[in-house]
Amino acid sequence: MHIGLFIPCYIDAFFPDVGIATLELLERLGHDVEYPRDQTCCGQPMANSGFNAECADTEALFVRNFSGFDCIVAPSGSCVHHVRDKFDALEQTPAVTAVRARTYELVEFLHDIVKVDAFPWARFPHRVGLHNSCGTLRGLKHAAPSELHEPFFSKPMDLLSKVAGIEFVTPARPDECCGFGGTFSVFEEGVSAKMGRDKVSDHARAGAEYIVSADSSCLMHQQGCAERIGVPIKFIHIAQILNGASA
Amino acid sequence: MSARQHQTEAQPSMLHPELCASDDPDAIVRDGRRLDHAEGASKPLRPKPEKQPRGALIRGNRPVNQAEAAARFIAAPEHEKMHDERLWDLRQKRDREMHGIPEWEELRSLASAIKEHTLAHLDTYLEEFEVHATATGVHVHWARDAAEHNRIVHGILRDHGARSLIKSKSMLTEECGFRHYMASVGIDVIETDLGERIQQLDNEDPSHVVVPAVHKLRTDVAQVFARTLDTDPDNSDVHYLAERQREANRPLILAADAGMTGANFAVAETGTFAVCTNEGNADLSANVPKLHIASIGIEKVIPRLEHLAVFIRLLSRSALGSPITQYTSHFRGPRAGGEMHVVLVDNGRSERLGMAEFWTSLKCIRCGACMNTCPVYRRSGGLSYGATYSGPIGLIIDPTFNARKYSNLPFASTLNGSCSNVCPVKINIHEQIYAWRRVLVERHEVPLAKKAAMKAAGALLSRPAAYRAAIAAADTALAHLPRFVVYNGLNAWGKHREVPHPPKQTFHSWYQANRGARS
Repeated sequence: MHIGLFIPCYIDAFFPDVGIATLELLERLGHDVEYPRDQTCCGQPMANSGFNAECADTEALFVRNFSGFDCIVAPSGSCVHHVRDKFDALEQTPAVTAVRARTYELVEFLHDIVKVDAFPWARFPHRVGLHNSCGTLRGLKHAAPSELHEPFFSKPMDLLSKVAGIEFVTPARPDECCGFGGTFSVFEEGVSAKMGRDKVSDHARAGAEYIVSADSSCLMHQQGCAERIGVPIKFIHIAQILNGASA
Repeated sequence: MSARQHQTEAQPSMLHPELCASDDPDAIVRDGRRLDHAEGASKPLRPKPEKQPRGALIRGNRPVNQAEAAARFIAAPEHEKMHDERLWDLRQKRDREMHGIPEWEELRSLASAIKEHTLAHLDTYLEEFEVHATATGVHVHWARDAAEHNRIVHGILRDHGARSLIKSKSMLTEECGFRHYMASVGIDVIETDLGERIQQLDNEDPSHVVVPAVHKLRTDVAQVFARTLDTDPDNSDVHYLAERQREANRPLILAADAGMTGANFAVAETGTFAVCTNEGNADLSANVPKLHIASIGIEKVIPRLEHLAVFIRLLSRSALGSPITQYTSHFRGPRAGGEMHVVLVDNGRSERLGMAEFWTSLKCIRCGACMNTCPVYRRSGGLSYGATYSGPIGLIIDPTFNARKYSNLPFASTLNGSCSNVCPVKINIHEQIYAWRRVLVERHEVPLAKKAAMKAAGALLSRPAAYRAAIAAADTALAHLPRFVVYNGLNAWGKHREVPHPPKQTFHSWYQANRGARS
């Protein structure tokens, strides 16, 4: 499969290892992966703030960069949620709708599209708490949210369960938002940081050594909160564990 | 069994943990029973209780600064912790009740469909309600807005020479500024819901649609009652406080000239309405005086009596995690010798019904489930919103009343979507919050600085070369800036969080170096 690799702006700038792990993992699975050099962002920061008109040029650039691939894959739930479910500043031409429909978040791509059944290279002998970002949980429906009466399922848990040595811990409020929320994190920094402190403390009380997530933005915020209050917990993106990171 | 155990087990599980005070080490227990009168509960000196944080500062029509009020709430950790845990407890109880109903999701869909159908034919059902209610002897009035509602009610009271009015909790009367109006025309209004009465005595709005004083610790209530009911300010024992309030309020209830209730549901085919409470106070308000006035928002109508069953099953489970409210009272016309009036109030609802993106907010049955689950609300307190409706439902309703004053509210959300999932009538609350942000930007109701920043971001992110240059600079800057610059008061990220550790290179430059030859 010819895959367009979409590395969102903050992963590019702050978490290059997450991008590298995603690229290597997709290559290990035998895909032809290409990273379009002119990519910047999906437009989500402006759109979430209500500035939809300001997204149009960024969205047009995104479509130019990612047209023609079989699939577009990104290690970021909230960006994919934006591209697939919002992303309407542009006229919805066939080119636009094709790019939107072909854009997948890494976990759902591995779970639903290529249906990976083993990660023989992966071993992670640690206690981890899973953080489903709200974009993946309630937007992309990676897992059954606790508010709904439906059978339990969890795509990230399914994938991580195939990693040798991993052990899961469950925080008291597994589905509670961590408070990042894009521009909310600065617009309402007091509440945002309090939510972050509560989130990392909840995982720490459950005995997690690591918080793992499909969204680096949540992790960036949580890490900032944990470091400030001295909660000794580590953060890792799911792509890194699935690609064989050991710590 | 020890006295301690006895005390703990005797507490009904639905009691507010803060109100139970089961961990009170100073309680005086004799013969296995706790002494709750003033003498028995008197305590040795203890540290001064944390002061209650007050709500948002209201400055006329200027945008309410919810973030500022929320920060003050968080700065009162005892209040914030109690509030968060108390409401999270309600959410968990709601989940347990939900799991006891196999057809829960079907019920939600049904409730949503009934409401959408009714709203699409609202005129027909309202007229049907009027015809049937009138046939049972009810006087039906129509109020276009809050002012007309208040005038109508005042007129009814004046016709009866009424000087005092007891009422049960009603968010609609909060919308109408009813108590203030009544005070201005010299009529005493006495709230009969305990939480609402606490708020009335404290001259504060309700902070939650179901549990109006949930943001208060019992020590706060002790201060309010000491000021208004002459109780011992150092005695925050809940039994003592509740009893003193009851002693003070009951004579007022018995002597009242008129009673008022809201309504949870009004049934078109019967012309009747139902009021759900846990204290039975609506029954007191409606049945003690001979005159009963019910103020009902026009969106409360449902077509048939059988539809009521759907909503009754959902309401209290969603609100408090109890199968049903203690009292579900059906009012089917005036008592012999009594008089009943219904005031059907629009107050902006028709206008909302015409808003393509927001009309389904009228499905709301005021259960408060979205507030209980909202991580922002739980940590901010309902009064931080500075509006009649707080929490997620408030974010989408309040701007319909005043888009400028409440222009900040739709931004007080992480868009996490939990509110939409718990909503018993399936309002897409978080999508409407998102839609409101667009509307507010289009109407220029956002700060100019934000607009400038977003315009600049849009320009930068659509120009790859400029963007690359900026990212490189930001990286370098972050790596070399001293902490005091990054963590100054203007840096909202760094105030309570560390900034991310800048890596040696971006992914882009790594790719260039490691895969560059391929493309």
